[in-house]
Amino acid sequence: MKILVPLKRVADPDNANKVKVNAGKLETTGLEWKPNPFDEYAVETALRLTENGANPKARLGEVVVVTFGPKEAETTLRGALATGADRAIRVDATDEQLDGDIVARALKALVEKEKPDLVLLGKQAVDGDSNQVGQLLAEYLGWPQATFAGSIKSEDDKALVVGREVDGGTIKLRVKLPAVVSVDLRIVAPTSVQSKHSPDHKYPEGVRFAALMAIMAAKKKPLAEMKLSDLVSDTALKITYHGFELPPARKAGIKVKNVQELVERLKNEAKVL
Amino acid sequence: MPNVLVIAELLDGKVRKSTHSAITFARQAGGTFSILVMGQGAKAAAAEVTGFGAQKVLVCDDAYLAHPIAERFAPTIAEVAKSGNFDVVAVTASSFGKDIAPRVAAKLGAGYAPDISGVKVDGGKLVYRRPVFAGNAYGTCSLNTPVQVVSARQSEFAAAEPSGGASPIEDVALAAKDPAAENVEFLGIEAAKSERPDLGEARVIVSGGRALKEKFSEVLDPLANLLGAAVGASRAACDAGYAPAELQVGQTGRVVAPQLYFAIGISGAIQHLAGMKGSKTIVAINKDPDAPIFQVADYGLVADLFVAVPELVNELKKATA
Repeated sequence: MKILVPLKRVADPDNANKVKVNAGKLETTGLEWKPNPFDEYAVETALRLTENGANPKARLGEVVVVTFGPKEAETTLRGALATGADRAIRVDATDEQLDGDIVARALKALVEKEKPDLVLLGKQAVDGDSNQVGQLLAEYLGWPQATFAGSIKSEDDKALVVGREVDGGTIKLRVKLPAVVSVDLRIVAPTSVQSKHSPDHKYPEGVRFAALMAIMAAKKKPLAEMKLSDLVSDTALKITYHGFELPPARKAGIKVKNVQELVERLKNEAKVL
Repeated sequence: MPNVLVIAELLDGKVRKSTHSAITFARQAGGTFSILVMGQGAKAAAAEVTGFGAQKVLVCDDAYLAHPIAERFAPTIAEVAKSGNFDVVAVTASSFGKDIAPRVAAKLGAGYAPDISGVKVDGGKLVYRRPVFAGNAYGTCSLNTPVQVVSARQSEFAAAEPSGGASPIEDVALAAKDPAAENVEFLGIEAAKSERPDLGEARVIVSGGRALKEKFSEVLDPLANLLGAAVGASRAACDAGYAPAELQVGQTGRVVAPQLYFAIGISGAIQHLAGMKGSKTIVAINKDPDAPIFQVADYGLVADLFVAVPELVNELKKATA
C-alpha cells in the first residue's frame, strides 16, 4: 500500500499558553517548531500499516510525507524520514500564501501525480485548530473519508474498517481504497492499527522514536522540492484573518481551606448549587 | 442581510440539542434563516424546530440518510443551499458538523470558518471570531467567497430558545447521489448508554484525571449522581483506560462550558484547559498545590481527592437538604 502523509510544523503545542499578540499579530517567538502531534500519529499509523511482520526490513509499500513551508520546514520531514518514511516532498510556501482550502487543492494535484492508495493525516493542526483539510481533500478527489479515526483494520489493503471517535461513542465504517483518513490520538494505542501482515508483537503506546543511526540515514533519503504553482494555478485564499487577541484572563481564583468552605462559597458566593 | 441555512442533527429520531447553537448563530448573523432537517424520520422530528422563527423548516426524510455519513448528506445540503439562494450554511461544531461542513464547502466552492465562537456584521459583511492555539488566542476572520460555511461552537453559542410562531414545513428531494458514497459502508455505532446528561448540554460536569486510577467511577459517580452532572475525563485518564474515550474533555474530545465544572485529580495540561476554560465556575481538587489547573480555578482545594470527594458529597447533601 502506498500512503501519502501530509505534515505540518506548529509552534510548540505544550507551550501554546506562551503565544503572544502584538498589535493584532500572533507571535510565537521563543517557541520551538514541533511536528503537529496528530500528524505524527498519522506517520506512525502509516508505518504500522506498511510494516511487514514476516520481514521487518522490507516495507510493504511506501510512505511518502509532504509538507508546505519554507526550507526550515524540512526538519519536520527529516524527522518523519528518520522514523521510517521512505521519501519526502516539500512544497515551497510561506504561511501567508496558505489556507486549508489551498492546501487541500494542492494536495489533490499531488495525489493525482503520486497516486497513493491512502492519504493519512492528523484530524487537525493544533495551531489553527481548523479540522478541515482531510474532508476538503476527500471531496475534491471524490474519495470517501473517515475522520477522527481511533482504530484502523486493513482488509487485504483493499478496504479499511475504521473506528471513528464521535460525540458519545464510536462509529465503525468500511471505506474502500483509495480514501482519506484523518486520525485522532488513540490511533497510536498498542493494538489500534491492524493488518494481515502486522508483526506479532504489540506496539508500545504512542509514536516511535528515531534511533541515531536512522537519523543519520534519513539525511540520505530523497527529499524533493516543488513550487506551490506546480500544483495550483488559483492561489486566491478563501479566508482572511484581520487580527488576533488573547482571551480575556479569568479573574484570579482563591484556595479554600476545606470542603466546608468550598460548599459554603459554591452555595452563597458563586450561587451554583 | 444574510440568509442562513441551519443544518439540524438528528439522534435516535430527535433533533439534537446541539442544533440549537447553530440556530443561535443564525439569529446573531442578523438576517433570515431556514432549518434543514435530514435523516430517516426527519419528517417527525421537523415539528421540534418549527417554533424558532425560521422562514421554513425543510425536510429530507429518506432511508438513504439513516446514518450520519458525510458523503450521503453533503450533496443534498449543497443542492438546497444553491436552489434556496442561501448565503451561509451553518452547522454546530459537533463531530457530525465537523465531518460534514468542509465537504459541503468544497462542493459549493465556499470558504469555511471552523469552530467559530462569535459573529458580527461589519459593513454588511460577516466577521467571525474563532479560537486558535487551543484557545490561547482568538482570531477575527472573514471569508472571501459569496457563499460561506461555518461551524459554531456549542459552548459559545448558547442554545436557542423557541420564539413562538410556526415555520412552514416543506419537503426537499434527495439530491443526486455522490459516487464517493458507494465506497463507504456504515457498520455500526457503539454508543455509551448513560442516564446522565450529554457533556455538551450539562449544567454541571464532574471530570476526573489519572490520579483516580481504577476508582474513577467509584469516587466520581456519587458526586455526579447527587448533582445530576455529566462525567468528563482528562486525556491521561482516558489513555490509561480509567475512563472511556467519549468522556474526554479538551482540544481532542469535547469542548464544554457548564455553569459548574469540577476538575478532580486533573493537573491542567494545555489541551485539557482548551476544552473547559469557558466554564462559568471552575472547582479544582488536587493534592499538588502547583498544578496548573489552580491558575484557572475559581475555587481550589489542595487535598487528597480520595478523602475530599466523599466528604464533599456529604457536605453537599447537608447543604442541599
